[in-house]
Amino acid sequence: MLVTEQTEGAMRNPTMKGGLAEIGSNRHGQEIALVCPAGSLTALKEAIDNGADDVYVGIRDETNARNFAGLNFDDKSMRDGIRYAHIRGARVLMALNTYPQATNAQKWQRAVDYAADCGVDAIIVADVGLMHYARNRHPQLRLHLSVQGSATNYEAINFVHQRFGISRAVLPRVLSMQQIAQVIANTPVEIEAFGFGSLSIMVEGRCALSSYATGESPNTHGGCSPAKAVRWEQKTTSLDSYLGAVLIDRFQKGERPGYPTLCRGRFKVNDDVYYTFEEPTSLNTLELLPKLRSMGVRAIKIEGRQRSPAYVSLVTRVWREALDHCHARPDQYQVNSAWQAALAKVAEGNQCTLGAYHRTWK
Amino acid sequence: MHVGRLSQDMEMSHTQTQSFRITLGPLLYYWPRDTVFSFYETAAEWPVDTVYLGETVCSKRFELRPDDWLAIAAKLADAGKEVVLSTCELIESESDLRLLRRVTSNGRFLVEANDLGAVHLLAGKTPFVAGPHLNIYSRMPLDLYRELGATRWVMPLELGRTGLGSIIDIPAHNLETEVFVHGRLPLAVSARCFTARYNNQSKDDCGFRCIEYPDGLTVSTQDNQSFLVLNGLQTQSARVYDLYRELDELVGLGATHLRISPQSVGTGEVVKAFHTAACGRNVADAGPLPWYSEDTCNGYWYGRPGLEQVNRAACREMA
Repeated sequence: MLVTEQTEGAMRNPTMKGGLAEIGSNRHGQEIALVCPAGSLTALKEAIDNGADDVYVGIRDETNARNFAGLNFDDKSMRDGIRYAHIRGARVLMALNTYPQATNAQKWQRAVDYAADCGVDAIIVADVGLMHYARNRHPQLRLHLSVQGSATNYEAINFVHQRFGISRAVLPRVLSMQQIAQVIANTPVEIEAFGFGSLSIMVEGRCALSSYATGESPNTHGGCSPAKAVRWEQKTTSLDSYLGAVLIDRFQKGERPGYPTLCRGRFKVNDDVYYTFEEPTSLNTLELLPKLRSMGVRAIKIEGRQRSPAYVSLVTRVWREALDHCHARPDQYQVNSAWQAALAKVAEGNQCTLGAYHRTWK
Repeated sequence: MHVGRLSQDMEMSHTQTQSFRITLGPLLYYWPRDTVFSFYETAAEWPVDTVYLGETVCSKRFELRPDDWLAIAAKLADAGKEVVLSTCELIESESDLRLLRRVTSNGRFLVEANDLGAVHLLAGKTPFVAGPHLNIYSRMPLDLYRELGATRWVMPLELGRTGLGSIIDIPAHNLETEVFVHGRLPLAVSARCFTARYNNQSKDDCGFRCIEYPDGLTVSTQDNQSFLVLNGLQTQSARVYDLYRELDELVGLGATHLRISPQSVGTGEVVKAFHTAACGRNVADAGPLPWYSEDTCNGYWYGRPGLEQVNRAACREMA
């Protein structure tokens, strides 16, 4: 039989190819690993220099969910980046977190082979077929379940753990604190939660709004609301933004126009024009840090591989400091107003939310 | 895709008597209890082969309790229908999981798994349907689910004819293949309730307002184009997806089951039209269809933006 059920916990401590990573130990010796984004070699170095434990990256094609022009790693920058990280005790995670497509699924398999060959510390995967492939071909390769895998409960996480030896799972940004605690209590898998960055309103991996309007979505092409489908039209009284043929928002004079991400548009229901799904805002969970730590969250993810090295540097620095404070004196932890001010500067619409972590958001 | 192979398959499909089975997808809206019961009483008389039952969108909806669904299931089974119980799209809480376990261990009816948690409870224990939300975009996960016990899979909405053709164009393929062919497209799910948000209510205190919108709440663009539909946690297309004109191609590519998604009016007529086609009548003979208007779309099938309506004749000329 091809599909074998792993014994409970059997794959939890695979020997790492990079020789660095053991679960629960990161280069700062803390319970929580800080996982930072890098869309380029410069961003990767900024992340590591400013205190990231793990950096996640992608290659230049649709095998990852930030498939944007000018972004991501070629072979040389990938190998240089991994070397740079390993010398400093940091880990590199490769996102292969889109869904292999019917006509060219081999591309994703080759990407898994490549990740193993490069010596990344783990791959972040969404598709169960690809997990199966990775587990069979590269049994030593550590697997993380991507947020795009839509695992919102412990039965789902235990499924991929028992079948494919998934070591860490990234939770979709839809669970409340209580629900996260319940997941952690019922799975041996390390849990990674989102800390800061763009807020997904829909369950990740379960949203086809972008392809409905443009033909391309995160699941199929590794991107939402793609730039090539964006069009701006200056009207007499407004500046209009379109995705494909769909009017996403209309900015009056004095309003700051934002990128037409579909679920951040202003639409009309009956006679009300409003942000139908969500205002432009970023997720920020700094104030929840001691709670997340005591609940047993093992990694905090910063979103934003599409953002600049300056963003990566700033956000990593703030979160490193917060984590260090939280680790040293969890009882006395307080959110520093300078941290919040710094993060607000790079937040979408300059505002932040606790998102689904706080029940009233739902 | 090989156009030659397609047209060959299309010709073959015309000679078959019952070329595909018609399924009624799970009811996605929140209707009053009596409406639901009478809907399925009527549906028992329709020429559908399979009926999917259960609340798949929001676990807070309570007009029907699990026992009510099982009672409807039993009646439909008595009427000769294949009944499949569908699991919820979004499973978060312990009470969601309790309900999920009850469905997966029901012991009588086939279950459609709509998340990996459901797969975990079914895999290797009992045959199941791999639902549309499992994201099967290639052979790799399809083979895996088949090995775990799936006897049927439902194609994701975004996978068009090229994808379907390359996934199942392989000998030894022995899975049933179901395609969503009519209804508003369930495009996305969130933990946030957008119907409650529209009404300035929180999800915890939502007042179950989605019962007021039997076909959801239409979202238009600021230039007054109908775009999406809010259905609680779910967001749907405003346009009705319709592959009636693509039936021969679907069957030629290996679709065995065609899913019609319930709406508050006209579902019976849609079922009957598809049934007529299933019995071998040429699609062109069916005449104009009651739902056929500019508000339909079929873009996903052609690898285009989902909201587009592709004119198949024009498409052929281009090819």
